[in-house]
Amino acid sequence: MPDGGIGASTKRREDVRFLTGKGRYTDDYNRPDQTYVWFLRSDVAHGRITKLDTSAAEAMPGVVKIFTSADFTTAGGIPAGWQIHDRQGEPMKEPKHPILAEGKVRHVGDPIAAVVAETRAQARDAAEAIEVDIEELPAVVDMRAALEAGSALVHDDMGTNLCFDWGFVEDNRDAVDAAIKAAPHVTTLELVNNRLIPNAMEPRVALGDYDQADDQHTLYTTSQNPHVIRLLMGAFVLSIPEQKLRVVAPDVGGGFGSKIFHYAEEAFVTAAAKVVGRPVKWTSTRSEAFMSDAHGRDHVTKIELATEKDGTFLALRSTTLANMGAYLSTFAPSIPTYLHGTLMAGNYKTPQIYVNVRAVFTNTVPVDAYRGAGRPEATFQIERVIDKAARELGIDPIEIRRRNYVTEFPYQTPVAVNYDIGDYNALMDKLIEIADVAGFPARREESAARGRLRGLGISSYIEACGIAPSNLVGQLGARAGLYEAATVRVNPTGGITVFTGSHSHGQGHETTFPQVVASMLGIDAGSIEISHGDTAKVPFGMGTYGSRSLAVGGSAIVKAVDKIIAKAKKIAAHLMEAAETDIELKDGRFSVAGTDKSVAWADVTLAAYVPHNYPLDQIEPGLEETAFYDPSNFTYPAGAYACEVEVDPETGVVTVLGFAAADDFGNVVNPMIVEGQVHGGIAQGIGQAMLEAAGYDENGQITTGSYMDYAMPRSNDVPNYKVDHSCVTPCTHNPLGVKGCGEAGAIGSPPAFVNAVLDALNSGGIKVDHINMPLTPSRVWAAIQAARA
Amino acid sequence: MPQVSMTVNGRKVSGEVEGRTLLVEFLREGLRLTGTHVGCDTAQCGACVVHVNGNSIKSCNIFALEADGAEVTTIEGIAGKDGSLSVVQAAFQTHHGLQCGYCTPGMVMTATSLLKENPAPSEAEIREYLEGNICRCTGYHNIVKAIQAAAAELGSNRVAAE
Repeated sequence: MPDGGIGASTKRREDVRFLTGKGRYTDDYNRPDQTYVWFLRSDVAHGRITKLDTSAAEAMPGVVKIFTSADFTTAGGIPAGWQIHDRQGEPMKEPKHPILAEGKVRHVGDPIAAVVAETRAQARDAAEAIEVDIEELPAVVDMRAALEAGSALVHDDMGTNLCFDWGFVEDNRDAVDAAIKAAPHVTTLELVNNRLIPNAMEPRVALGDYDQADDQHTLYTTSQNPHVIRLLMGAFVLSIPEQKLRVVAPDVGGGFGSKIFHYAEEAFVTAAAKVVGRPVKWTSTRSEAFMSDAHGRDHVTKIELATEKDGTFLALRSTTLANMGAYLSTFAPSIPTYLHGTLMAGNYKTPQIYVNVRAVFTNTVPVDAYRGAGRPEATFQIERVIDKAARELGIDPIEIRRRNYVTEFPYQTPVAVNYDIGDYNALMDKLIEIADVAGFPARREESAARGRLRGLGISSYIEACGIAPSNLVGQLGARAGLYEAATVRVNPTGGITVFTGSHSHGQGHETTFPQVVASMLGIDAGSIEISHGDTAKVPFGMGTYGSRSLAVGGSAIVKAVDKIIAKAKKIAAHLMEAAETDIELKDGRFSVAGTDKSVAWADVTLAAYVPHNYPLDQIEPGLEETAFYDPSNFTYPAGAYACEVEVDPETGVVTVLGFAAADDFGNVVNPMIVEGQVHGGIAQGIGQAMLEAAGYDENGQITTGSYMDYAMPRSNDVPNYKVDHSCVTPCTHNPLGVKGCGEAGAIGSPPAFVNAVLDALNSGGIKVDHINMPLTPSRVWAAIQAARA
Repeated sequence: MPQVSMTVNGRKVSGEVEGRTLLVEFLREGLRLTGTHVGCDTAQCGACVVHVNGNSIKSCNIFALEADGAEVTTIEGIAGKDGSLSVVQAAFQTHHGLQCGYCTPGMVMTATSLLKENPAPSEAEIREYLEGNICRCTGYHNIVKAIQAAAAELGSNRVAAE
């Protein structure tokens, strides 16, 4: 085995350009003669546009053209990629999402007009000169109020703000109701999964270019999945066939879900470049990002867990309101449904489960996938209600989890998914070790001596990654397949370029994918390059989200390399005049079994391209293969997390002292990168639990519109993390035995944090059942005061 | 439009700017030095940190004209002319102190300043100093580790030199 194969913590090759300022992010791209667009966005949440006069603005210096919805009468709306059917089998309400507002504005930030000008500053100046009158309508902000009779309607023609009322599994509804009614103990919790703003550090950018001579459109965009954008925008919005539309997503500065979706600004610059005959560039400001990037989470839930007196779980019922915002973003309908309801079994053998989700339109920014996407919402409910049940029943929180863990695999849950493999007790054992749970009582005493309350919070999680089997998601309403594609091009002198449909925006694919190929071929990883992010180069791709890159994209690469090896063996057999079945590949050499005859990798690759001595009657010259991999099941990473906090009971200030994570990601290709993914996920989870919340006032104004108000985790808010991935149960159905690690940290950490704070309070004699996230000092202090009153 | 001149990464440059042109805009759009990034518009995130006359500064927070005559160093000026990484840059790579790379130029510039001011910072001092630089990917753990490692290496280099 050469250095740098599977299992090595290889340093990342992409780092050199990132560390020296040579990264190639979308905003670093400029086209000759380009123009700049500034969007005039609604400053009210809900209203009717009664006047839109651009004449004064058109006379401003540098203005090329001002666009309104009248310029897009032939364009389609921004589509939703998933259709949910409600409890009666009816399709969800699916309102049109126009590129620019048509008559009505529906959230603060909804684009009304777009000014294209010679410079960005001129475009911005002219946008301020557009005369727009908006007759304000009552804003629909609160989900419960939105569903009341007589509420204002976000979409008048829908007649309701209810997008869908979904039951899962609907046939289990009555049985679950009966089981809860008959149970010896029921623990109930009402909780909010707070609305978040993803905040990848690179704001979104879109640059449209049009070549009239060839009738070719090019869109440079900050996307996690350029082919998906090409498909959605080309087919549904602008009617541009794929061969006439190239989408490039170069270096992308973080995504976390927010750059999966097709956004109106992308369609705008693509269409406008053709109209004005020059490239059009849009660079989002952070302020715009807060009101135009899709938000995440925003669930209001009642969770009920029925148990025996000994803590054995009997039934679970989850009833949720899920905010869709003003329009349906690309994957929005799937997040609170199939990425949430299917995970409600957690790590536990709860025999009866029913999930009801009502999705609601409001006058807020659309809500869609954010790191974890539905799975954090499921995990938070389960792990919070279990902790409350443990307290009510007088059972240790670790013990009640162990009593209910799934221990035999495969395990068919009552919510459709089938866990192929796992070992949750081993993860808990590992957690207890790395978190030094045994030493906690002494640490608690030490805190108490300083007047502080110390708490230890535990959570388990499972997630469904490696999204997803296409036939299954098709039945569930997905309007796309969720396979991945790869082309492996072996060059004549033996080097390799791998074209992958996965997209790296921080995950390190340029380093890890060569590790996989190098291990398979026994050649140096340094001779393997990765190409991604360009529809003109990569055969096809569904992109990167849902912790799918290695499990699905990596599997496609493995399949393509398998084809390469099969063909190369045929060539080697010919060169050595041996039978193909006798050819072995080891350490980059092909040899004939039982003999000392061998040829090097590069001899075979050269023969493929210089086929002078070659079996041309049997195989074609060249050495390049493409494979599509469609998974047969989801993968199920799992873990056990512990958070240790200290609460100052006089101020409500919470300090995170330690965080430990024991994860089972299956086989690991690059431990250093995997650990980094977990670190980042934990920080985002602590951010959700302690700091972050997207706020709206009753008029639908965003109250957290900048980093002055939206509390991002900073370096001194978070601790060092202890992470472990040594508990390995390899995935049973993909060739690498891998499961995915990108979202785990963000899924397992919020309940661990909240459980820790509540443990601190309750153990200190302050009886508090729940505090909604984020657990800011004021909320914790208020809960303490209420408990003491 | 007014003319501005400064020395950037050792090279004398000048150009026309508007009064409202920010230093970061002059660097990125005027000089096409795109290593310096813009992550926010409220001087909170630190992706745009450069050195002006030896001090770390958020280049979104001063006008280009305010840097007239100044010595400016950007992320492009940190590595050696042969492309060799600085001790801080190399430590970020070794300790996986970056993922998407977008906040990284600002982090490297800030960390470089920190170690100049305080050659042996404690973990708490590092975390405090990074307060004005937001990273969404790493959870800061490996950034702190990288800066600690860089401090140790620079320290042992100094001892060796003495």
